[in-house]
Amino acid sequence: MTAEVDAFVASHPLFAGLPAGVTSEIAACCRTVAYGPDELLLVEGQPADTLFLVQRGRVAIEIHGADRGTLVVETVETGGAVGWSWLFPPYRWNFDARALGPVGAVAADATCLRAKMDADDEFGRLLVTRVAGVLLERLQATRLRLLDLYGADRAG
Amino acid sequence: MLAETAAAVRGRPPLGPEPLEPVPHRVVGCRKETDDVTTLSLESLSGATPTFAPGQFNMLTAYGVGEAAISVSSSRREAGALRHTVRDVGPVSAALCRARLGDVVGVRGPFGKSWGVGEADLATGDVVVVAGGIGLAPLRGAIDELVHRPDADGGRVFVLTGARDPSQLIFGDDLEAWGRAGAVVAVTVDTAPRGWTGHVGLVTSLLGGIDCDPGTTTALICGPEIMMRFTAKALVDRGIDPRRIKLSMERNMQCGLGWCGHCQLGPYLLCRDGPVLPYGGDVARLMTERER
Repeated sequence: MTAEVDAFVASHPLFAGLPAGVTSEIAACCRTVAYGPDELLLVEGQPADTLFLVQRGRVAIEIHGADRGTLVVETVETGGAVGWSWLFPPYRWNFDARALGPVGAVAADATCLRAKMDADDEFGRLLVTRVAGVLLERLQATRLRLLDLYGADRAG
Repeated sequence: MLAETAAAVRGRPPLGPEPLEPVPHRVVGCRKETDDVTTLSLESLSGATPTFAPGQFNMLTAYGVGEAAISVSSSRREAGALRHTVRDVGPVSAALCRARLGDVVGVRGPFGKSWGVGEADLATGDVVVVAGGIGLAPLRGAIDELVHRPDADGGRVFVLTGARDPSQLIFGDDLEAWGRAGAVVAVTVDTAPRGWTGHVGLVTSLLGGIDCDPGTTTALICGPEIMMRFTAKALVDRGIDPRRIKLSMERNMQCGLGWCGHCQLGPYLLCRDGPVLPYGGDVARLMTERER
């Protein structure tokens, strides 16, 4: 861990405002990573072992269907986070995540995070609460998109 | 006579001698924006172009089919024909979308309250414009004037627009032009095929990427009502005064004059008191009320 990673984790929207001791513990599980355009950060079905905090660039969350090709269901950008399946058994990715250009991120090792959550209930509570906040936001956005708001209503 | 009486009751001058009579206009331009959205450019057969303010609407008549409320999508900075951007969602709009050069359609209006571009609260300060789908059409004229404000005193313009997928985005040329003129333009879609390198997500997800000053910001929102509701709530959460958040509301506009009552929303007749209303006050509540 470097001081830069420590500072980045402490200032990332997912963790901003948490006690310094907590963000330092998270940062201790982190390293910086970089991906080129079109490179995959995670692959559907593979072990979910990382939480990515995006530092720069745009990541597409994708799913492939033989009848519909590859669809981008969401993009995550600077300040966002990618990868939640590491928190829940069976710890496998459900989507692909692809860099849409050069992407820089801080990658947190999920095994390391889970071990710290098991060892420290308060650390676990704080981490899960933050993750749940983002998941709630995404769930609400997904529900609205399910409504197909821009679809045509019958009118005049 | 009826028009004069009603106008006198409201303390407003009548719109013209026969406000219920469509004025024939010739179609001088047809532009296909998407598979079901067309922009018509119309010129009055009499040669007179009615004045309008961005956000107002006209009642367009497809002769022999019927009449529908369509927002003006022109900018007052553009000379010439009056533009309306129409989505094919029913018999009248389908007929309008099928119109060819030289066809004649009827125009009544313009009606309703505008965005207020040119008024004091939009002369300076940041402006956040959020559009969903064809909701960009009633905002087009406003954005075009806002990005060319003569003395904005440092105020910036943010244009955030969303669509179902990349093929449904409208006014691509305008979005580029507004960006070149200094606006911060961001586009998102609900889903995209591989190869799309832009943003994918709800239009509200674009709000996190802008750094407007909540204390000076006025927001203009137009799109599906649920989208407007969630966008307005997100803007209030950002610290923007609900009275400075303006929405373009839509109901069943028919007479355009506040006579028939078909477009009533609580105490408002939207054709007359709207379509643009502030989110603050009772509109936020009315948006969640079940209509009976």
